[in-house]
Amino acid sequence: MKKELKCHIGIGPKVEGVALVAHDNFSARYDLDRIKGVFSRPQHQLFGKSYKDVILVLNTAKGGVATAWMLYEMASRKIAPKAILFNKANTILAQGAALAEMAMVDRFEDGDVTTLIKSGDHIMVRPAEGKVIFLD
Amino acid sequence: MRLNKEEQAMLSGDFGPAIKWAIEHQLQVGRMFDAEDMVPVSQAHMMADPESLGEAGVAFTEKLAETDIKVRIPMITDPRGIDLNYYEPLGQTENMANLERRFIAACKNMGITMTNTCINYQTIMPPVFGEHVAFGDTGVVIYSNSVCGARSNFEGGPSALAAGLTGRTPRYGLHLDNKRIPTKRFRIMEQPQDLMDWGVLGAAIGRMAGSYWEVPIIDEVEKTPTSDQLKHFGAAMASYGSVPLFHLVGVTPESQNVEDVDDTDLEIINVDREAISDLKKPFTAVGEHVDVVVFAAPQLSIIEMAELADICNGRHRSDATDVIVCTSAQVYGDAVSMGYVDKIETFGGRVLVGTCFYQQYAREIGEANGWKRLLSNSAKIVNILGGYGYQPSLASMEACIESAEKGRIVS
Repeated sequence: MKKELKCHIGIGPKVEGVALVAHDNFSARYDLDRIKGVFSRPQHQLFGKSYKDVILVLNTAKGGVATAWMLYEMASRKIAPKAILFNKANTILAQGAALAEMAMVDRFEDGDVTTLIKSGDHIMVRPAEGKVIFLD
Repeated sequence: MRLNKEEQAMLSGDFGPAIKWAIEHQLQVGRMFDAEDMVPVSQAHMMADPESLGEAGVAFTEKLAETDIKVRIPMITDPRGIDLNYYEPLGQTENMANLERRFIAACKNMGITMTNTCINYQTIMPPVFGEHVAFGDTGVVIYSNSVCGARSNFEGGPSALAAGLTGRTPRYGLHLDNKRIPTKRFRIMEQPQDLMDWGVLGAAIGRMAGSYWEVPIIDEVEKTPTSDQLKHFGAAMASYGSVPLFHLVGVTPESQNVEDVDDTDLEIINVDREAISDLKKPFTAVGEHVDVVVFAAPQLSIIEMAELADICNGRHRSDATDVIVCTSAQVYGDAVSMGYVDKIETFGGRVLVGTCFYQQYAREIGEANGWKRLLSNSAKIVNILGGYGYQPSLASMEACIESAEKGRIVS
């Protein structure tokens, strides 16, 4: 198993935490109950799961611009993921990460990040270097 | 990224802390998407409803406004979350309204024009071909890029605000010629008829396109669509696929000839009856009672208001079913003078001004009013509201009104 994954340089601080992974897409407006801190869209693969303080690993973004404000609002209440990793981020997610000072990276050299990382993996995200490191 | 002297001065703080924040924000985003420099933009459009902003977002905006900074370019706003003339009956609280009031005051202090609309391309100042803009609201962006030939990425509220303050945005994505080239080719097998059909078709293509970075080119449309049809088509495509640009052969300005698509060598993906049925299936609930019928997402044009008023005329909704209609202030005045609002409200509907249903604390107003089963002709809104605790269903405008009349979904 690889000890390190390379990706495009991203946004936000270096963080470490436990991964929560799904090959599904993401919008804070479409998919979350932001008061309870859980995925609330019944069709989402992470339905019912808490996103607080985890490192989300997902496929890409879905429509909607609200996430850009919502990540900041979520972070202000400390009910937010530590980082979000995508195969491909869209502009809104990146803009939201920049305002919220949340770690975000995408475009992994070794393929589909939702298969490269498993739920429960302990990882470190280094956006400025474009690296994700497995800690266990 | 290369910065000119003025941009370097912005970064150094010579223009004050608000501009410094704005360009630092833009540089972070620009670097992530490999922008080489900034591009001047002529207009900005900001999405910022109080549910998305929360206390933190409102306080952030107030802090910028306190520096007495003004936007450098014409800047307008997406729908609000509160119709300040009608919020208590919806179950919205004074706290929600106060957040809205504070945000509006901060925006006005910065010189932002509170148009509160997601159909600015129909009512305010449509961008022109090749114009670089910084627009928020995915429906606004996809229409402006595709139908008008303008150039914008999805600019979330903070980035649209940053663009308004600096008068520019990082040059990446759809500001570049090579990011506007088709990457997936679709062929329409089932010709859409009404607004709902156009929304469903857009949704199906958006879902199959699947990424912000894909550019669908679509051919075999038999009849030139109207602005309202393209509005629903694009809004749904952006909603389901995060897609910011499409080319419709023979209709949109960057794909006027069939050779444009034949030269692409892209595999043809047929959007057939099965694809349309698959899309609609989760939103079918014939015979079920309906709590609320919603016409929104995007806000209704004056033509849609006229059509809706005509369908409502002489009828009345069931006591068990509420009807909410969202339009812009620019449309509302004409709709009043033409008697459309009166006909809709005599039917028992309520026309909200300058809001959009999903942007106005949808979860809270649903719980306050006991709304669970929601019916709409907007493919976009039914995609959004599942996560807010609704059971959304789709029907044509005519069938929505008939369902509201009977209190049950008729088709």
